[in-house]
Amino acid sequence: MKQEYNFSRRFFLKTSSALGALAFIPKGVKAFYEEVKNFIVPKKEQLPLTISINKKSYAIKADTRTTLLDLLREDLNLTGAKKGCDHGQCGACTVHIDGERVLSCLTLAATVPGKEVTTIEGLANGDQLHPMQQAFIECDGFQCGYCTPGQIMSAVACVKEGHTKSVAEIKEFMSGNLCRCGAYNGIVESIQKVAAQ
Amino acid sequence: MRPFLFSKSSAINQALAKKNNTTQYIAGGTNLVDLMKKNIAEPESLVDITSTLSAKIEPTAKGLQIGAMVRNTALANDATVMAKFPLVSKAILAGASPQIRNMASTGGNLLQRTRCPYFYDVTTPCNKRKPDSGCSAIHGENRMNAIVGYSEQCVAVHPSDLCVALAALDATVKTQDKSGKTQSIAFKGFHRLPGTTPEKDNNLPANALIHSIELTENSFAKNCAYVKVRDRDSYAFALVSVAAALNLKGNQIVEARLASGGVAHKPWRWFEAEQFLKGKTANAANFEAAANIAIKGLKPLSHNGFKVLMLKGAIETALQQCLNP
Repeated sequence: MKQEYNFSRRFFLKTSSALGALAFIPKGVKAFYEEVKNFIVPKKEQLPLTISINKKSYAIKADTRTTLLDLLREDLNLTGAKKGCDHGQCGACTVHIDGERVLSCLTLAATVPGKEVTTIEGLANGDQLHPMQQAFIECDGFQCGYCTPGQIMSAVACVKEGHTKSVAEIKEFMSGNLCRCGAYNGIVESIQKVAAQ
Repeated sequence: MRPFLFSKSSAINQALAKKNNTTQYIAGGTNLVDLMKKNIAEPESLVDITSTLSAKIEPTAKGLQIGAMVRNTALANDATVMAKFPLVSKAILAGASPQIRNMASTGGNLLQRTRCPYFYDVTTPCNKRKPDSGCSAIHGENRMNAIVGYSEQCVAVHPSDLCVALAALDATVKTQDKSGKTQSIAFKGFHRLPGTTPEKDNNLPANALIHSIELTENSFAKNCAYVKVRDRDSYAFALVSVAAALNLKGNQIVEARLASGGVAHKPWRWFEAEQFLKGKTANAANFEAAANIAIKGLKPLSHNGFKVLMLKGAIETALQQCLNP
């Protein structure tokens, strides 16, 4: 069947002359247009990232705005680290970077390549729970469980740092992890238990 | 969050060459990422300077040089800092949480923005966030705000604990700009009072970086204290805080240093009270007299009158703690 085109001669003349005119627009106007466009439509950048998480390497493309927390949860399906406040005030997103506890909600994923990330999913050894995970179960270190992955990651670091000499010291060095159920006594007990092992 | 371009710089000259009005540096990110999420900071590009600046604490002829990239935890736990400048350690450990201290850099600590609730609430006017839009705090919820040194335009306070210790110890801020020029800025002149330009927090030259902080050896290591009063025991910004340091000869005060956080737009030194203590006996009566000098003439706002007596108590407590550190 013959294809019908609806472009009229008039349309062709109009468009081609408009395109021709574009070439004669002064450079200043074009630059201005670019400036306005950049202002209204900011440049988005997708970065290719290679990130090591729980000793496994992931190659992924992510918008520069992606936080490590969102990368873990939304892109890699590692939903252990939780989004509580997303502003560095609750500690639910605590993970380890190169062995140190940090807040993944305030860490841009783009800054992580070259470092080793450990999340709650990387603590257990196969079916064998990490001693801190076991202690949280035995000491009632949680109720609803939402803050627990962050609490456990922080607690593991707290013991490693040696801040377990007294209840007061444990409370001070666990103050970055809030628990709205109020399981604090069980959390302190769990830490004391693991520190004593 | 506004989209932005991201790059890393491994050399300071490279990082400085990238700096312009729409570029920001990112180190620990504990403040900047939060401000970007709230659309308060909207850089078009970010330059990661974590591998650009020194993360070393090195001895100098006169004292110690702290690289701008030294993380707060590393600074607080450094053996030399703990031995010679314990006030710095005490102040850092009174601030934020272990996670944030692991991330936050020394340079970034100096440049952190105020935590005034109106600065953070983009639906309200704020001269610091948007010049000439008005100050919501001066007649609003201002219990966390300033009691000294503020202006009609801004009543915000500087949130840092570390900076209070650095102010008390007369630290020096070393900066480097695009042309390679370095500058040494005395700490008391680094942060600004709001005046009519509250959008400017400090006197860091345009398109420059903080390179390092310098501390000069002193005789305050033995008798110093940091007292922080806040809404909860830990992990909260100061209502008032006091860094106190005494150089004692027996029971006589050779020299005293007193600085406060939570009271002004910059870490605040109580020079008159320091002057009063010079040559006096270190006892409760003189400490109270010094505290009374400090609180004389303070002008609290509608909701923070309580800070005045709280400050008096904090100064006395800090000076007492200097005697039994």
